[in-house]
Amino acid sequence: MNIPDDLLYTKEHEWVLIEGNKGKVGISDFAQSQLGDVTYVEVPEVGREVKQSEGLATIDSVKAASDIYAPMSGKVTEVNGSLESAPEAVNKSPYAEGWIAVIEIKDESEKNNLMDSKKYAEYVKTLGDHE
Amino acid sequence: MKYDMQPNLKSTPLLNEHIKSSAKMVPFAGWNMPIQYEGIIAEHSHTRTQASLFDICHMGEFYIKGDAADTGLENIFSFSIGNISVGKCRYGPMLNKEGGIKDDLIVYRLSRDEWMVVVNSATIDKDAEHIKANLKKGAIFENRSEKLAKLDLQGPLSREIVTGLISPDIGRLKYYTFEYFDVLGEKSIVSRTGYTGELGYEFYISSGKAAELWNHLLKDKRLKPAGLGARDTLRLEMGFSLYGRDVTEETTPLEANLERFVNFDRDFIGKDALVRQKKEGVQKILIAFKTDSRRAPRHDYSILKDGKEIGKVTSGSFSPSLSCGIGLGYVDVKFSKAGEAIVIKHGPAEIKAAVVEKPFYKKSSIQGSNVV
Repeated sequence: MNIPDDLLYTKEHEWVLIEGNKGKVGISDFAQSQLGDVTYVEVPEVGREVKQSEGLATIDSVKAASDIYAPMSGKVTEVNGSLESAPEAVNKSPYAEGWIAVIEIKDESEKNNLMDSKKYAEYVKTLGDHE
Repeated sequence: MKYDMQPNLKSTPLLNEHIKSSAKMVPFAGWNMPIQYEGIIAEHSHTRTQASLFDICHMGEFYIKGDAADTGLENIFSFSIGNISVGKCRYGPMLNKEGGIKDDLIVYRLSRDEWMVVVNSATIDKDAEHIKANLKKGAIFENRSEKLAKLDLQGPLSREIVTGLISPDIGRLKYYTFEYFDVLGEKSIVSRTGYTGELGYEFYISSGKAAELWNHLLKDKRLKPAGLGARDTLRLEMGFSLYGRDVTEETTPLEANLERFVNFDRDFIGKDALVRQKKEGVQKILIAFKTDSRRAPRHDYSILKDGKEIGKVTSGSFSPSLSCGIGLGYVDVKFSKAGEAIVIKHGPAEIKAAVVEKPFYKKSSIQGSNVV
């Protein structure tokens, strides 16, 4: 299970990469492996204001449709349009080509509600990986 | 989340083989079943282009001995069984008194007065009760579901694989026929049937031999295991109904577009209700629809016409072969014609769709889909 050190994670398995006042968002390797083949990603509209833990995007896999939550509050400034034709990037490259959106961070202190890679790795272990 | 640790789930004789192949196991109808190995889309495509092996041991098999007419067996199904030739099988529904579908199943005629009935896993107990209650004295009924394992080999290469590994004689089987063959030293039924739309075979072998047959077939490296996830997308692309979702006790064969599996020229349980419904006309009917994007419809999403709900989705998925969403659902008959524009709604999401003719996937290796 790949869990990069430079990211912060939610309990719902989103990651955020904070650079200045911007946060790039995606889902973790664990999440993509649980979802299975991703077939459709509904990205948010640019300009939308989201609150931490609020629905940000929807990911359809062959198995089910799942909501993706905003790891931090802010305004969506950019979305990954290439997912429209190549949603499988979420499976193949969850931390790079499979990113979903960029949020302009409103309140950096919300970081404290997130897990670092070490804590997230422990958290994933408690869920049990039946692969 | 360690599903394989759930104590109340039943396991098939192939559990260890699935664990060895790192399958993802999920609970399905009370069973611990593999949903996928490599991935649903990869397994789906492999079945369409080469061949896959499915563990279908959870399904039920009944053995019945007795004359079709004398024992009342004939009346239990909406389709005739008395005129099935020995060595052939026939698909169709079994109804309740109200004409609702108790199960959809396949009857194999083993000899003049011997039958095998293959039923869905979730309905084994209910079906056994119903059949026994309606059989007259003198008939023998045996539930062999625990004793018999069922392995499905499906895909355009399946004939080459079985003739190479089991017996060249299996190659002569025609669609919806079966014979007994020597399979690993055991006299076993092999039928040319399946649920994927591809050329394929179903093996019925004693449970103790299941793992040996599984591993023996997989010696052909063109064959790969596939899980219930791919089985579901494969059957849906053919427009085949799934019991419990698309057909239930609350739907009749007329509503489910299965009228061709009803023979009205004789008596059967549920006939009066069906005759009445045929006269009055059905209110709802099962349609097939395609969405205009990769967005998948799902079970229980609403089907809308001009903003009003006209029905519900019963099965829905992304179609790996067509790269769009496909589904089945019941709607008001007024809106059931091919080409009708509809909307699939779930929460705030609205997906544009249109009613289409089945099958969704038209290039499968079984010819003509007049057999479900």
